[in-house]
Amino acid sequence: MSRPKTVRRIADKPLVSGFKPYGAQILGSKSDAVFLLYEEYEALRLCDYDEYNQCDASKLMGVSRPTLTRICMSARRKVATAMVEGRQLIIEGGKVEIDNEWIKCNDCHCYYVKQQEKNDDHTCPLCGSENVKEYDEEDENGSLILQKRVCCGHGGRCSCHRERRYKKNIEI
Amino acid sequence: MKIAISSKSNVMSSELDARFGRCKYFVLYDTEEKSTAFIENLAAEQMEGAGPTAFKQLVSLGVKKIVSGDFGVKIKTLCSDFDVRLIIMREKHTIEEIIKLLNH
Repeated sequence: MSRPKTVRRIADKPLVSGFKPYGAQILGSKSDAVFLLYEEYEALRLCDYDEYNQCDASKLMGVSRPTLTRICMSARRKVATAMVEGRQLIIEGGKVEIDNEWIKCNDCHCYYVKQQEKNDDHTCPLCGSENVKEYDEEDENGSLILQKRVCCGHGGRCSCHRERRYKKNIEI
Repeated sequence: MKIAISSKSNVMSSELDARFGRCKYFVLYDTEEKSTAFIENLAAEQMEGAGPTAFKQLVSLGVKKIVSGDFGVKIKTLCSDFDVRLIIMREKHTIEEIIKLLNH
């Protein structure tokens, strides 16, 4: 069995869920749409919009630099296909974890996930209080979201083999 | 709307389980009928992948919110696909207290 894909961290969901071509002679049906994954959208945003270099972008997404390059290549290819062939572009799917998606309720001290579509993010789903604020990783030592994977100065995503081996040696 | 709460045993006074995938029971609370039902977590003894299995079990029952002590990585990536809201409760509460909170 192949190793499962690492979870890609993305900062936020895109503002729109897709793009439609206009002015075309023949309107394409939804079936021939191009599906851009969330991680590909994020790679495009980091590399081409915010102009990070690939190394920094890969650290932000929690994947290795070569993986980011692959995601980015596939993203550009999909966007180009959609443009040249006049197809719809739909942004969805992918193995991602969204960074700014947790909200903390100050009354019952629970945390919950944002759901943009429903517009009820400002009331706590548990106690109904409106005393909520966005969860800030730095404020509370990031105990809720996955621990940062950068840990041994290896850059990007690291599985800590080096550190583990190093620790074992000390015990012996 | 149906809400699932992870529970340590199948009585109302039991505590909220801090683990999602490997808790013994789930409490299904229906906000419209104000009814509760205990269901056994079929995935609790699984070697691996208990979280996703339990999640699928709950989704097939029509659950829209899940309250638990914490969720694993696999669940966090699943929840947006199935339109389920995760609620993390770090403090110790009994099932009764949680349901009281839900009845705000």
